[in-house]
Amino acid sequence: MLKHRVIPSLLLHNDGLVKTIKFKDPKYVGDPINAIKIFNEKEVDELMLLDITASKKKRSPNYKLIEQIAGECFMPLTYGGGIKSEKEASQIFSLGVEKICLQTAVLDNLPFITSLAERFGSQSITVSIDLKKNWLGKTYLHHASTGKLLKEDSWLENLKKMVHAGAGEVLLNSVDKDGTMSGPALDLIQQASDAIDVPLVAVGGISNLEDIKAAVDAGASAVAAGSFFVFQGPHRAVLITYPKYHELEKLFRKT
Amino acid sequence: MKIGILEVGISNIASVYRMIEKVGGKAYYISTANQIFNADKIIIPGVGHFDKGMKSLHKNGWIEALYERITVEKIPVMGICLGMQLLCNKSEEGIEKGLSLIDADVKKFRFDSEKKLKIPHMGWNIVHSVRDNDLIPYITNDEYRYYFVHSYHVEPIDPNLTIGITNYGAEFCAAIQSDNIYGVQFHPEKSHRFGMELMKRFINL
Repeated sequence: MLKHRVIPSLLLHNDGLVKTIKFKDPKYVGDPINAIKIFNEKEVDELMLLDITASKKKRSPNYKLIEQIAGECFMPLTYGGGIKSEKEASQIFSLGVEKICLQTAVLDNLPFITSLAERFGSQSITVSIDLKKNWLGKTYLHHASTGKLLKEDSWLENLKKMVHAGAGEVLLNSVDKDGTMSGPALDLIQQASDAIDVPLVAVGGISNLEDIKAAVDAGASAVAAGSFFVFQGPHRAVLITYPKYHELEKLFRKT
Repeated sequence: MKIGILEVGISNIASVYRMIEKVGGKAYYISTANQIFNADKIIIPGVGHFDKGMKSLHKNGWIEALYERITVEKIPVMGICLGMQLLCNKSEEGIEKGLSLIDADVKKFRFDSEKKLKIPHMGWNIVHSVRDNDLIPYITNDEYRYYFVHSYHVEPIDPNLTIGITNYGAEFCAAIQSDNIYGVQFHPEKSHRFGMELMKRFINL
């Protein structure tokens, strides 16, 4: 049977890897090439590299660094951050990246998803959805590059439209959970998974293997995490880890 | 020993190149018909739409050169993912004719809705070898897993062509061999140590 993918999600800030808490306070966790080499040795299922400053600063992806990173990856690699045009997307793919992850460029431009999917195949187009609750507890789409909430449409309707436009995978993040290691947003994962028929990658709040299992049971095809793979212990000491294959096998066999 | 990688439309050929070099092979990209004649072995990679893939093969003299090398000189050729599908007769994804180097058709995944299976079939899955072959160990205690991303799968007319099967909803053909012609539905270039082993076997044929 198909395995559930467990994916380290690495955040790129300038030239270094960082980890945020609720999308804020980026803490430096290391050199990207070095981290990728370690994850490579640990035979991770897949890697995700997200440049969290490219769109904010309206700059293009750091092609040179992406090429170096792709050169070390003998597993699938997803890149996100700062992709605004087909030309930029094409350049990213030519460097050896399997999937691109989009948010800023597609939130108000569904036809861009369609044209990318038609040219590169929808299996290589991941759309990233960030969700955040307002003070009343209602969930909205969060615009990562501006920090604003989008209130015109329900997030679930937006999500369906993006998949309908051609997204082949959805990365579902919860801003309130990011970096908190307080468990995944299971209700959101379940609602999203029920609404779409493409794979859903859940990210945000993972602190242990049971959280990964819970996200999968809620409907996620794959689970991504940041802090869980780079921090160790209560003082958040930086140490790269990844569960062993047989641990994951055992975890997913549990019912 | 030079492995030529066919430049088929939009596909991530850099990963295939790096994997070949990683396991000690010598790789180069094929962008003209002449370069097809320099290869000791050929890899047809590819992601995306079947018709686009076929159209990108219909360049000046490419098809003739490929048939000459593969069916007359019988050099080893391996199709990866869409590349495997292009070796077949036809695909439900499009209307273009395939290369017909393998007697097989390409079908879309169809599942009962209650199975709740997502399409594409994306991620790591186990490939079981069903007979002795050149790519995947037949008798082994190890589990061989590879990375898949696809919505269509190959269905050989002669089931004996299948060398590896995978289960997603139902069993399907994940790897195929017909003499010097090989196809794998998964991505060995992205399947770390399992992919390296397979690529090494292909290089050492």
